[in-house]
Amino acid sequence: MSREDYEAIIGLEVHAELSTKTKIFCSCETNFGGKPNTHVCPVCMAMPGALPVLNKKVVEYAVKAGLATNCEIAPYSKNDRKNYFYPDLPKSYQISQFDKPLCVGGKIEIETEHGTKQIGITRIHIEEDAGKLNHDDYGRNSLVDLNRAGVPLIEIVSEPDLRSSKEADTYLKKLKSILQYIEVSDCKMEEGSFRADVNVSVHKKGEAFGTRTEMKNMSSFRSITRAIDYGIQRQIDVVENGGKIEQDTLRWDEVEGRTYVMRSKEDAQDYRYFPEPDLGTIEVSDEWKEEIRKSLPEMPEQRKTRYIEEFKLPEYDSNIIVSSKYLSDFFEVATKVCNNPKSVSNWIMTDIIRVQNEEAVEKMPFSPEQLGQLIVLIDKGTISSSIAKKVFEELLKQPRNPEEIIKEKGWIQISDEGEIKEIVKKILEDNPGSITDYKAGKDRALGFLVGQAMKATKGKANPQLLNKLFLEELKK
Amino acid sequence: MNLYELTVHELIEKLDNKEITPEEITRSYIDRINEKEKDIKAFVTITEKDAIEKSKNIDRKISKFAGIPIGIKDNICTKGVRTTCSSKMLENFISPYDATVMDKINAQNMITLGKLNMDEFAMGASTEYSYFGATKNPWNLNKVPGGSSGGSAAAVAADMVPWALSSDTGGSVRQPAALCGVVGLKPTYGLVSRYGLVAFASSLDQIGPITKDVEDCANLLNIIAGYDNKDSTSAKLPQKDYTKNLKNGVKGLKIGVPKEFFGEGINEEVKEKIKNTIELYKELGAEVEECSLDIADEALAVYYIIACAEASSNLGRFDGIRYGYRAKNFENLDELFINSRSEGFGAEVKRRIILGTYVLSSGYYDAYYKKAQKVRTFIKQEFEKLFKKYDVLITPTSPTVAYDIGTRSTNPLEMYLADLCTVSVNIVGLPGISIPCGVDKNGLPIGMQIIGKSFGEETILKVAYLAEQKLEFRNKYKPEYK
Amino acid sequence: MDIKKEEILHIAKLASLKIKEEEIEEYRKNLQDILEFANIINSVDTEYLEETNGTSTNINFLREDEVNNFKDTDQLMKNAPEQENNMFKIPKVIN
Repeated sequence: MSREDYEAIIGLEVHAELSTKTKIFCSCETNFGGKPNTHVCPVCMAMPGALPVLNKKVVEYAVKAGLATNCEIAPYSKNDRKNYFYPDLPKSYQISQFDKPLCVGGKIEIETEHGTKQIGITRIHIEEDAGKLNHDDYGRNSLVDLNRAGVPLIEIVSEPDLRSSKEADTYLKKLKSILQYIEVSDCKMEEGSFRADVNVSVHKKGEAFGTRTEMKNMSSFRSITRAIDYGIQRQIDVVENGGKIEQDTLRWDEVEGRTYVMRSKEDAQDYRYFPEPDLGTIEVSDEWKEEIRKSLPEMPEQRKTRYIEEFKLPEYDSNIIVSSKYLSDFFEVATKVCNNPKSVSNWIMTDIIRVQNEEAVEKMPFSPEQLGQLIVLIDKGTISSSIAKKVFEELLKQPRNPEEIIKEKGWIQISDEGEIKEIVKKILEDNPGSITDYKAGKDRALGFLVGQAMKATKGKANPQLLNKLFLEELKK
Repeated sequence: MNLYELTVHELIEKLDNKEITPEEITRSYIDRINEKEKDIKAFVTITEKDAIEKSKNIDRKISKFAGIPIGIKDNICTKGVRTTCSSKMLENFISPYDATVMDKINAQNMITLGKLNMDEFAMGASTEYSYFGATKNPWNLNKVPGGSSGGSAAAVAADMVPWALSSDTGGSVRQPAALCGVVGLKPTYGLVSRYGLVAFASSLDQIGPITKDVEDCANLLNIIAGYDNKDSTSAKLPQKDYTKNLKNGVKGLKIGVPKEFFGEGINEEVKEKIKNTIELYKELGAEVEECSLDIADEALAVYYIIACAEASSNLGRFDGIRYGYRAKNFENLDELFINSRSEGFGAEVKRRIILGTYVLSSGYYDAYYKKAQKVRTFIKQEFEKLFKKYDVLITPTSPTVAYDIGTRSTNPLEMYLADLCTVSVNIVGLPGISIPCGVDKNGLPIGMQIIGKSFGEETILKVAYLAEQKLEFRNKYKPEYK
Repeated sequence: MDIKKEEILHIAKLASLKIKEEEIEEYRKNLQDILEFANIINSVDTEYLEETNGTSTNINFLREDEVNNFKDTDQLMKNAPEQENNMFKIPKVIN
């Protein structure tokens, strides 16, 4: 049997760090870096006698995420302890939520090659992050840094509605964009503030679902896609060879491009969940819920519709722009400055996305206002579009006001008709052959002449005027 | 008369009259400690130098308790002074912060005399399970002082501290107070902040005073009670003065006497002395009625399931990484965890961790932990029914008087029965006070427990005060060596 | 009810405790005695009862998201049995 005879069932568990100012159960700053064990206190370091107090913003952010993914918000919710020993878990239990999560039963829509598809959200719950393990210089010991311990997380569990790595990728990107839009997480995968564990099973079409395995330790969208493809193929191979899939937890090895067994089902952890006695209950009243709902910003779907209807952008472009909150916000601000959405969109779709890909960065060094100002200069005829490209490169190197750039570089467009006429005459004098060619019906000669004039003016001549004046002269 | 023999309110009177100074008081207690500690062994750490130094510079204008010494059970975190929980695990642990109750004590400019012995991690009823050795009962040095706050109760009874702060998870304040002939109060859950109390069982633990008399008890409660934004289970209630209604009497008050608490397992002399006191209340105008509260055995079972379950989780943090005992020999991380914990915890602590882990583990959670939490609801309802009719309930505090050291610690189950009368109060979060109401034929004190409604501390203190005044226990009986 | 030796060993492992061979029987017996006593809770009909997880009635005991860093972070490290570069030192963790 071939791969086409199988169907894969994929579900994702996403952990996103919430961008609150303080940790989930203590007032330590979350915004850290630098020296280990400096953003800690008796609570997040699990000193004897210390007690947790829940951060209100964490509840609000989780509810916000729930509302943005069409979840029901539980009117009554509580925290539970998940008990296990690990050196990055100072209390030897993680405060999480077990049977009463804050949000349940949501869904989001993704675009697939077969059209729009709904992906169910089983639940969203709040919990605390663990610390970090570093290694000493000799590789003989590990070192525990608890700065990250207690940073708030939401865990978003999807229904097993995904069928391919492509769908999983689209779902994750959509989820990331939603969380960024509602400003509850910065979702930096490379910094670990957005992580996903994957459950995969395969079965022959028309048969019952297979046994699932869980894969961990993927640190980029690419590695998730690779891991899923690998996992599906591995399971099909096992089944094809008459083997049995074990319900294991697997660790993805990015370098080797394969998985290793972390834990088999037999030694599955017994987490001994029980209600956290140090915390009270959480009740999200209808009033509170509505207040949070009101704070939700315009979502990508709504923005897309607005871009298409109001700004007449193509659907394809609109989709790409709203898929990233950064690009979409960039678009909004730049458009406000120059009032030329089409032009902003073009810059984003070509130059900005190119830079993003080439440099593997999300953010431009310059501000959307500066792009807007650049477009204003083009629209006013102060610079030509070819100069504009040079200004853009300059913005990348050393961001500043585009007007300053063109003044400094002497790039202001020559739009004086008399001055351009002089240039045109000079070029025609120097290239009599081109005049003959043009008159013989070779239209290309005009392009050549304009090019020569641009070269002579270092691109500063107004191209429309050049064209017009060359034609006038050639017709004489 | 020696200063150390006085109650705190008597000391304050003398301070206010400028008859004595804080330094004289502190020196009197330090001398007393130095004389008696070798027999009683009430302390884990004595902070003699700091105490005397501090007593020299007391501003009495700060509070009326400025310059009054106090002893602290060694599971309450004190910054700069080790907090051991009487465990090898924390033998050298110095807390980087003060418990909220310590902030309150320090704000009064009171003087800490030291840290008091206890059963390891408050698990025990005799203080025999201390890593630092057993505390002796001042009434008879061969007897246990009760536990887990045996060091606190013995120190107060032997006049080594004027009063003490202790913790009560299943009777750890009340039972040793009863066995040592002093006053011990477990406040309503949430009245006193648990922040900085090394957790045994989070949903049951509560800090309470052990004092020489009821007035001191009300005073110390005034100091430590109150809302704390660092403890999510802290109750947001207006501050009260618990001394205000102390002397208001019991006329018309309805007292329930649950007959099941006077059954077979209770020592006859204990029953008799308590019944005599109940008769006294009748004479003083209270309405006394026998009632039924048939939950004692169930409560004890619920208590051990819940307390051990929570403890098994609370004590997970002692893993040899950030603080506490670390095994000398280990090959890998697992061995570091296992060896440190196995060597750092005593047998009783490990026994309870095993029980707690068992009742939470897969396959047993529903049958034990979940079931116990439901029975807890049942017990709560039974109390609620009674408190619709009665203002307070009266029971013995301990089924027996103090027993010989070393005679019970071999059989854990038998020892757990010592908590029979006290645990139900913790399970439902109610306040309970133990006061001495007489001695048995061997001269050992007998404690009576008064249980109140939720946040009904004023009422039980008033009831306790009246009996204390009529019985004059402190005048009539003294520990053997006084 | 009969608790097996293997169960005791499994529970000890969950709790990160080691029980010496000669102590296993004692732990087993103690646990069994206590659980047998604890079975008395089965005499209570709890069909219509909710669980009481604690006696605090606090709802939404929440803290504002305001930074208040702990001042004595040095003191937090002082109890560490072993440390390096301001981190807690432990045997190498193998994934």
